[in-house]
Amino acid sequence: MIELVRELRRSPELLANLTRREVKGKYKRTALGQLWSLANPIAAMLIYSAVFGIILQVPVPEGDPSGLHSFPVFLLCGLLPWSFFIGVVNGGMGALVGNENLIKKVWFPRSVLIVATTLSTMFTWSIEMLVLAVVLVVLGAQVWVYLPLVVLVMALLALFATGVAMVFAIANVYFRDVTHLSSILFQAWFYLTPVLYPVSIVAEQSDRIGPLPGGITVLDVYRLNPMERFMEVFRNLLYDNRLPDLGSVLYCVGWTAVALVVGAWVFQRHQGKLAELL
Amino acid sequence: MSDAAITVDGVSKRFRIYHERNQSLKAAVMRRRRSVHEDFWALRDVGFEIPQQSTFALIGDNGSGKSTLLKCIAKILTPDAGTITRRGRMAALLEVGSGFHPELSGRDNVYLNGSILGMTKQEIDSKFDSIVGFSGVEQFIDQPVKNYSSGMYVRLGFSVAIHVDPEILLVDEVLAVGDAAFQEKCAEKFSEFRREGRTVVVVSHSVPTLRTMCDQVAWLSHGELVETGEANAVLERYQDASRTDVRTDERGRVHWGSGEAVVDDVELVSDGRRVDTVRTGEELTIRIHYTARQRIERPVFGLAMESHDGVYLWANNTKDLHFEVDQIEGTGVVECRIPRLMLQPGSFHVMASVVDQSTLHVFDYLREGARLGVVTGVPVESGGYLALDGRWSR
Repeated sequence: MIELVRELRRSPELLANLTRREVKGKYKRTALGQLWSLANPIAAMLIYSAVFGIILQVPVPEGDPSGLHSFPVFLLCGLLPWSFFIGVVNGGMGALVGNENLIKKVWFPRSVLIVATTLSTMFTWSIEMLVLAVVLVVLGAQVWVYLPLVVLVMALLALFATGVAMVFAIANVYFRDVTHLSSILFQAWFYLTPVLYPVSIVAEQSDRIGPLPGGITVLDVYRLNPMERFMEVFRNLLYDNRLPDLGSVLYCVGWTAVALVVGAWVFQRHQGKLAELL
Repeated sequence: MSDAAITVDGVSKRFRIYHERNQSLKAAVMRRRRSVHEDFWALRDVGFEIPQQSTFALIGDNGSGKSTLLKCIAKILTPDAGTITRRGRMAALLEVGSGFHPELSGRDNVYLNGSILGMTKQEIDSKFDSIVGFSGVEQFIDQPVKNYSSGMYVRLGFSVAIHVDPEILLVDEVLAVGDAAFQEKCAEKFSEFRREGRTVVVVSHSVPTLRTMCDQVAWLSHGELVETGEANAVLERYQDASRTDVRTDERGRVHWGSGEAVVDDVELVSDGRRVDTVRTGEELTIRIHYTARQRIERPVFGLAMESHDGVYLWANNTKDLHFEVDQIEGTGVVECRIPRLMLQPGSFHVMASVVDQSTLHVFDYLREGARLGVVTGVPVESGGYLALDGRWSR
């Protein structure tokens, strides 16, 4: 872990250049360029709002104390962080396999590839979040005060995502089916995370079922998911405009630490063998 | 602590030869194993030191492990046993232009590639003009590199790599890039590297190139170190060993070739008498005595000369000189007359060969056909191998 950080600190320029390559290369030869990065979330918002907000009538919680009451905004506060997370993990998986020729021919700290993916995804995510912040302000939310905290939580999620991406990236080098398997896994994870609906629905169902053997509830199990807490924290800050529950924040920090340590350990152990495995 | 640039100590590298590789999870689970494999030792307990400021070559046949070793030194592969210690900033030229992004401009790629090779932004800034100048793609530097011709692509990549300014440079057999003019520039750059006292490690199996470049050689065979030492001696033994048809004749001289025709003797003649010493500036005739065991159409006879310390000085053959030998059979003689021997005093080896019309198939090659001694004659000059009869004026 420490070794990994030291490696990264020794190659800040490589990191910057690789990040720039990702960002610049992604939308080359497209007429709209960087605007495309906004097209995806907007399209997703329209589709999900139509299906879940209008057709399925998912109840929209009222922002407390912000007073916001809009499914699209509620959705985006969770969807943008989620898409970022998935973007980083998928990007990280592609980064090692896609840079095969580089890994086989030049030595440089391999972790740079993963971190550059995180940074370039973070770049587009920041633009999306900025647009969201503007929308929130227009709708009358008192989001300004919380922006510094939002940035901190964004950084936290980025670290968490990087740790997860490192594990998946290495696994994908050994077994290429990880790419396909993970797309199923992430789909399940997506629906098990309160992105499209509020947690309150799960709480209601959990109450109806009652405690499971051992005194725990369905909700307790449901809330083990670290992404659930991230959603909660982001929505508290952006949609509700209040400070998140300290316990939830600590839970996120704890998971981030675990993800980073495990990710760095796995990556460090296997990065020397990448040139042979690819 | 030694002062070697690179110390290779007991390095072994194992590869797995997969008979069955379960790169899909299903296969791995079904068969309850990731793979069925055999171990193959690409390197086994190799150890030597590469002295600072030397040009060091790794030679060996295909599959001898020389490229694997270079990759281990370059940190791309991790050895399974042993250690490699490097002292100084290192750059590897294993493949040029890897890591170029086709959609980005040449300029962006120079920065990207430079930083992959370990240069800082300031360094690239200061060398940018030189990099672009060397590559000769100035006009296109702001074009995406996907529009480059493959030659331009390689030249730009090479140019970045060569500007890394390393203390240790690792080079694989990639140097045959670009056109003749660019190759010349590269060769120049390499001798500059050597003059500046940098350590260069080269992998190749082209003995003639190495002979002119290197001062130390490590010879690898089947993953093991055969020997390491002074370049010419090791290269010669390597060459002898790699020829399956090497033989020694009754006079202890080394021949190689298929043997349909052989060079029996090389005679040095001056003024109608057989000699082994001539004066600078005198006439010399080199006579090749041959025996053709069967009729051979249009053979090519060749002569070459080396200084006593192994510097390749001269070569001449009947094909290049348009002296057509229509056919040979039985014994015979061909001779080559040199009207004025422009060599400074010293000792020289004369090699002789008889090859087929394509010059690819060797019937016989006699390595030390004759030893030529040169003593002071006219002109008298100060040193070196050549007597060019230089004149001063003012």
